[in-house]
Amino acid sequence: MIYMDNAATTLHKPDAVKQAVLAAFDTMGNAGRGASEPALDASRVIYATREKLAHFFNAESASRIVFTANSTESLNIAIKGLFYPGDHVITTVLEHNSVLRPMYECQEHGVEISILGCDEKGNISYDEMERAIKGNTRAVVCTHASNLTGNMIDLDRVGEITKKHGLLFVVDASQTAGVWPIDVRKTGIDVLCFTGHKGLLGPQGTGGMYVRTDVGIRPLLSGGSGIDTYNPHHPSQMPTALEAGTLNGHGIAGLGAAVSYLEETGLDVIREKEQSLMWRFYEGISRIPGIKVYGDFSTRKRAAIVSFNIGDYDSSEVSDELNMEYGIVTRPGAHCAPLMHRALGTVEQGAVRFSFSHYNTEEEVNTAIRAVEELARE
Amino acid sequence: MRKKELKLVVTFHTTADAMAMEKACRELDVPGRLIPVPREISAGCGLAWCAPLTERERLTGVMAERGIEQEDLHECML
Repeated sequence: MIYMDNAATTLHKPDAVKQAVLAAFDTMGNAGRGASEPALDASRVIYATREKLAHFFNAESASRIVFTANSTESLNIAIKGLFYPGDHVITTVLEHNSVLRPMYECQEHGVEISILGCDEKGNISYDEMERAIKGNTRAVVCTHASNLTGNMIDLDRVGEITKKHGLLFVVDASQTAGVWPIDVRKTGIDVLCFTGHKGLLGPQGTGGMYVRTDVGIRPLLSGGSGIDTYNPHHPSQMPTALEAGTLNGHGIAGLGAAVSYLEETGLDVIREKEQSLMWRFYEGISRIPGIKVYGDFSTRKRAAIVSFNIGDYDSSEVSDELNMEYGIVTRPGAHCAPLMHRALGTVEQGAVRFSFSHYNTEEEVNTAIRAVEELARE
Repeated sequence: MRKKELKLVVTFHTTADAMAMEKACRELDVPGRLIPVPREISAGCGLAWCAPLTERERLTGVMAERGIEQEDLHECML
């Protein structure tokens, strides 16, 4: 099997991640619930992972890192916990449903939203973003990279805009965390939402968010916290304020090992490998007659994603053929990005998405190019 | 039960602060250990850092140096 669906989840994880999860099954009690050795072991591993992630994203301190199950949970906490009726929030058509659906729910409760469109290559306009700002604008919520086209949003530029206008800046880093360096303080990010199981190379069911000091978010969940039991309300201190219930300690142990692997290997090394595979594939298929590739390939700054269609073939059919005939795993369809498909005119056809990991090889890419060539000839 | 003696007990707002305290004290070789919060301090659950009375200055020094926020500092018979 050749796995090229890394934008959905990375299948190949570092050995250290698997070992950390397995080891946790032998040692972990429930973090923050008592001072027994197993409970403390879990608390130590979770705290160490908090510290690693704080360092990784340059957060002020470990207590600004909250653990969640995935980006969707983080984005729901951020979007539903930050805004009030009457607030205006700006987002983009590049967004995944994990941003859009919570935004639509907010809209139903009186939050006004503006969704920035894109050009034919799938890029937003930063001037348009600035022009959309009004007196009641509270925030910009945007992805770092489209999960469909791989196009990136320039976070530094958005950070300058949000800083200039005193807005909150919420980022969905699902497609970039672990591959592109993100410095929350330098970029002016107020809330960064990430998942553990994609570029961060951790287990599924892990994820989290960075919340800048002094940014208050109303909790989505309340319940067990291990502290302040007789308080009828959930504690307001971070990170406990946004973490109710037992954390995924075993998974977080794996995520901690994954972050160490990324730091040791170097994001530059990982990114350069992914990028070289992505460009090799793009150059190999973009010349094939009948292929239409989506997104902006005029810039080197893009996520390692290549989405395309062959003629008017159903993307599901193409992806299934790649799977059954060539053992190549890709993702067809709509990729939970309805507005991006609408903008590209691919609502009916969907698109075949190849997404690369640094664990992929040039040989695998060559095989994939040959497979697409053969399918395009048929 | 063990014989009780007067000890310092530092309480925290969050488990993350308690874990930061344990890590700092271990790194700086300051004695003590995490214990469940004693009944006379709080009826709720949670972790506290327990250390000999003689360590008061070093404990407050560690917390200041590492930016660890304590909830309170108590003396308890433990």
